[in-house]
Amino acid sequence: MKIVVCVSHVPDTATRIKVGSDGKTIDPTGVTYIINPYDEYAVEEALKTKEKLSTGEVIVVTLGSENGKETIRKALAMGVDSGVLLKDDNQRDSFGIAKALAEEIKAQGSQLVFMGKQSVDYDNSIVGQLTAELLDFNCVTVCVKLEINGENIIAEREIEGGREIVETSLPAVITCQKGLNEPRYASLKGIMAAKKKTIEEKSAASYTPTSEVVGMYLPAGKQPGRIVGSDASAVPELVRLLKEEAKVI
Amino acid sequence: MANKILAVLEQREGIIKRSGFEAASTAAKLAKDLHTSAEAVVVGDAISNLNDISKYGIQKIFHLKNSGLANYSSSGYTEAINNLVKEANYDILILSNTALGKDLAPRLSIKLDAGCVVDCIKLNLSGNDLILTRPAYAGKALIDVKLLSNKKVITLRPNVFKAQVAESPAPAEIVVKEISGVNLKSKVTSFKKSEGKLDVAEADIIVSGGRGMKGPENFHLIEELAEALGAAVGASRAVVDAGWRPHSEQVGQTGKTVSPTLYVACGISGAIQHLAGMSSSKYIVAVNKDKDAPIFNVADYGITGDLFEIIPAFTNEIKKVKQ
Repeated sequence: MKIVVCVSHVPDTATRIKVGSDGKTIDPTGVTYIINPYDEYAVEEALKTKEKLSTGEVIVVTLGSENGKETIRKALAMGVDSGVLLKDDNQRDSFGIAKALAEEIKAQGSQLVFMGKQSVDYDNSIVGQLTAELLDFNCVTVCVKLEINGENIIAEREIEGGREIVETSLPAVITCQKGLNEPRYASLKGIMAAKKKTIEEKSAASYTPTSEVVGMYLPAGKQPGRIVGSDASAVPELVRLLKEEAKVI
Repeated sequence: MANKILAVLEQREGIIKRSGFEAASTAAKLAKDLHTSAEAVVVGDAISNLNDISKYGIQKIFHLKNSGLANYSSSGYTEAINNLVKEANYDILILSNTALGKDLAPRLSIKLDAGCVVDCIKLNLSGNDLILTRPAYAGKALIDVKLLSNKKVITLRPNVFKAQVAESPAPAEIVVKEISGVNLKSKVTSFKKSEGKLDVAEADIIVSGGRGMKGPENFHLIEELAEALGAAVGASRAVVDAGWRPHSEQVGQTGKTVSPTLYVACGISGAIQHLAGMSSSKYIVAVNKDKDAPIFNVADYGITGDLFEIIPAFTNEIKKVKQ
């Protein structure tokens, strides 16, 4: 079985965001880019699935500029067989990303696709569902447990207040949540081997944008409030403020 | 003028959720501004609070009914709602940004050739353009997005838009449509409730603990305060990564982004990933012994001191006030 895992190349979560001169995207100066944290669970699950089947291959796909290859290498070092970079130097909306991924998945003839439940830059959390719908695949989002038996899938997904058990079947897109597995570290051997693995470059499929970012700005900063005290004797005053001033209890 | 607006309401166990009424109320208000009308739809088996919709300025609600759709089915719900939208011709669909809404909205957007913007915290009309404001980078930045497509699908962050009761509500027309031959290629077969009573994503008050709690054995202090306040229990990434608390409680950039009315941070220093996920809370209380901790930069009220004394005193005081 050919398994595709889609990853994105995103600013480190510790990044302090500055708005770029275009007023629509971030200023990339000094920003460190990493593999999207949720995509690490996707890579791990793809590798685990292949190991369980003891056959098949895992292909990592990313969309973006040349820099995306760093993130592809990271996945290759974890054990993925080969990589594809769908090249586009321009920012795409979620639909544009899904369109390019769907075309590539179709071209690969893959029936099983993993990706993170959202990327930590735009936090859209919809690319998996869009991709599945474009391909007419089933889709389980925010997956925290997965069992695949032949064509059948039993998955658990995180929702408010608990987990839903979902039954579906291949072909499918699974979007992965923290807790699904413990992503492996790349071994030195893995890192060396990754250097010899191929990364194919293709131009990303064209699309018609459905949305446009017209502005980006920082939220109004909160003013530091009041220190009510330095021990338990301040508690009655704190509770009075919450009750009478903030009116929240 | 624009075609109608449809609010897609979420039900669990046959009860329409509060976030559903937030979507309904927002749809009604937007319809007024656009000089069009808003209707609502709910998919499920028996629904007990259909009549409540009248309060929120909606005149017509469709109940797409089938016993196989009592629980969520991404394929079944998508198909049922898509058929209704094609029949009755809606231009804007409004859902809640819940696990269900986030799963369903993008699927409908593909079926309808619509653009999709999720997790909106503000809707603004600029002429005839609908401008949607949503957080990015877990709330470190905000973006304004314009949908370029004719049909639009949006989801609203829960707790941000108010479910406003209309002034002189007329009873809504309830249209029950029995759906046959539902598509259950993908379906929810059961639900496992998590141990916590309330979920951070939906709670009005959250009490969170961080590394300052010193160990999982001390989290009963957080749980007791949460219970006294009627709050959900949250946690910082450090304590989730250490295995002290489940990931479902994690607040911050790789956990949940929350905006409750009151957020109480206990023993949380306030790493940038955490602040991004909770600084839009209406009121923030911080208890931390380090007076230079960044959490105090966003806190409305703070106590610098030993949380092992302060939290139990806080719990007792809340119990007293609530009696």
